Amino acid sequence: MSAALAEAPPETRVHYLNADYGIKSWLLTTDHKRIALLYLATITLMFFVGGAMAVMMRLHLIDPAGGLVHPDTFNKLFTMHGVVMIFFFLIPSIPAVLGNFLVPLMVGAKDLAFPRINLLSWYIFIVGAALTLYAMVSGGVDTGWTFYTPYSTTYANSQVMATALGVFVSGFSSILTGLNFIVTIHKMRAPGLTWFRMPLFLWAIYATSIIQVLGTPVVAIAIFLVGLERLFHVGIFDPAVGGDPILFQHLFWFYSHPAVYIMILPGMGVISEIITCFSRKKIFGYSFVAFSSMAIAVISFLVWGHHMFVTGMSVYAALIFSVLSFLVAIPSAIKVFNWTATLYQGSISYQAPMLYALGFIGLFTMGGLTGLFLASLATDVHLNGTYFIVAHFHYIMVGGAVMAYLGAIHFWWPKITGRLYPDLWARLAAAIVFIGFNLTFFPQFMLGYLGMPRRYATYPAEFQVLNVMSSAGASILGLGYLIPLVYLIWSIRYGPIAPANPWRAKGLEWETSSPPPTQNFDVPPVVREGAYAYGPPGSEQEGAHD
Amino acid sequence: MTEADAAHSAEHPPYLAHHFTDIEQQNESGTMGMWLFLLTEIMFFGGLFATYAIYRLKYFEGFHEGSRHLNYQLGAFNTAVLIGSSLTMALAVRYAQLGRRKALIAFLILTMVLGIAFIGIKLNYEWTADYHEGLIPWMGFHVEGANAAAVRLFFCFYFFMTGLHALHMVIGLGIMCVLLRMAAKGRFDSGYFAPVEITGLYWHFVDIVWIFLFPLLYLIGGLY
Repeated sequence: MSAALAEAPPETRVHYLNADYGIKSWLLTTDHKRIALLYLATITLMFFVGGAMAVMMRLHLIDPAGGLVHPDTFNKLFTMHGVVMIFFFLIPSIPAVLGNFLVPLMVGAKDLAFPRINLLSWYIFIVGAALTLYAMVSGGVDTGWTFYTPYSTTYANSQVMATALGVFVSGFSSILTGLNFIVTIHKMRAPGLTWFRMPLFLWAIYATSIIQVLGTPVVAIAIFLVGLERLFHVGIFDPAVGGDPILFQHLFWFYSHPAVYIMILPGMGVISEIITCFSRKKIFGYSFVAFSSMAIAVISFLVWGHHMFVTGMSVYAALIFSVLSFLVAIPSAIKVFNWTATLYQGSISYQAPMLYALGFIGLFTMGGLTGLFLASLATDVHLNGTYFIVAHFHYIMVGGAVMAYLGAIHFWWPKITGRLYPDLWARLAAAIVFIGFNLTFFPQFMLGYLGMPRRYATYPAEFQVLNVMSSAGASILGLGYLIPLVYLIWSIRYGPIAPANPWRAKGLEWETSSPPPTQNFDVPPVVREGAYAYGPPGSEQEGAHD
Repeated sequence: MTEADAAHSAEHPPYLAHHFTDIEQQNESGTMGMWLFLLTEIMFFGGLFATYAIYRLKYFEGFHEGSRHLNYQLGAFNTAVLIGSSLTMALAVRYAQLGRRKALIAFLILTMVLGIAFIGIKLNYEWTADYHEGLIPWMGFHVEGANAAAVRLFFCFYFFMTGLHALHMVIGLGIMCVLLRMAAKGRFDSGYFAPVEITGLYWHFVDIVWIFLFPLLYLIGGLY
């Protein structure tokens, strides 16, 4: 049925993009697919805002004396780069854009459980983003994205309130999105779609949503207390009046460590989809990959102390947190091993999404293993507060999450827009991103190991070679991000028309036409097989039609 | 599949949103959504309760002293008022299920009256008295003695926690205004009462938060 639909000329077929026109039809839509595109536009803007600040920092650090900006400005740059990238790009990236688009399609529903709340969460996000951007242009903020007390509550003389409010507000958007996904996955699955037939992307989104729902309120209250502290000087975090600044760090990391998994878990779900499709194989150990997402979600709430080994914590607490942090490596490693085992004897093809997925596996492995250095107490004392940390979390956040995000955008772009992008350019961009990324961040591991502290506007001359390498890599990486922006926008208008299932992939979202109709499916789908039922190589078990 | 589809569109009641297959799915989704929302609220208040617990242990004497400044009789009376409002809310849900519109409206109004009474007592008798006694940390706080700093911290918690609780009650009252309007228009019957039920869950949650706040704030000073 879907093949017949795909062959119809696009002008005659009504789908979600041409069902209605005008600005109102977008700003008042409750269609999850349109809301996904609203998010896509917003976070792409935020990504390039945050990226511009990274570019300025890297330019500044070419010279050991740091000639480009004033040191105070440098403090604001790294703070706002962190705030924008974490709260306004990485956290909403895969869940709010691709989750919004795909969750109803993958469960075979017409929409998310609460379409109006879905739209509301975008508006809340916009308010939060606007507050943060306002803070940025009205003086900026220099506390670091972590808002550590007592600097943020007492001493910082910058736009802490507006930024904190922006982050606080955007948290509710994250909570509502997560809540919507959990209810949708529980209550709206198509007939035959049992829990263990679900695509692994849904398991990953489900685990992510649990973290969003349980963790975000805690950081909300922590930031709320920072705001009150600044306004009324109440003393909860102020040692001068009997408060405890380290308590803030506990509350903050109780959310912000799990938040790392909000950023990476959906990426892991994406990789499971891409790897299976481009090796034409069932995933190796489905239930292990599914449960490892849940295990990561649970363990992530028990490891926040590893951010605080050197800020004052009993040695026994530190030991426990160290052991628990090592535990979280187990489910992550299960995933990496299972993806690799899925590749084994698969008939692999190297289209652009697959290049991003393979890049993800390598970079995530490096980011994950260097995380173990930081989870061990002795090495952490040496490496804490150095560029080693910066390199480690960029390998997870950029090498992991952003690679997965770009892979996902390339994988589902034909479904989202109904157009194909130029494959050669896409492969080239993937390669440029991979090379630029490694050149930017690998030298930072070495810098950190040699002892260069993070968040400083100047550094000793002996570190210059590695810093110049890093800055050079950043310019390549920036180019790698601009190329997809150009050809993807180009493809919306000029790209060839995409068929319903250009990758011959499995999953309900590929059974409907590209782009899907507003109601998602012309006939309510029924699922009759497990996920990733790719036939043995050569058998060409085409499509998932019953 | 096609027969099911036809049957589906034939019996499509006006209150069933287009993206649900049947009313049961819609109700279950709504209820689950509210439970999840309450879970986030537990984590939200939980952060405050945990912080409270840490300082309560650290400044045992000061919190004890601070608690004695509070009027536990008014607190106890307000607890009774709030539990009463939970009862009337439960009855409102029951009459919504039975499709008895007038009783539903009456009990919604009663619940709102009790909720307003709670906030009124808090505002008019407790917080005003606190202000005159100089117990508000950022408005002319003056408590003397060795534990003054800890008493101040106690009152910070007192005002944040009761203030946040009162804010939740105001939001609940706002939702009930909407329900009242819907009920007056006859939008509910024995087949459709999910909004009343879900608001009930929220209201009981706000009540339970108070059940924890009351002893933690008013009663830790001991009997005297």
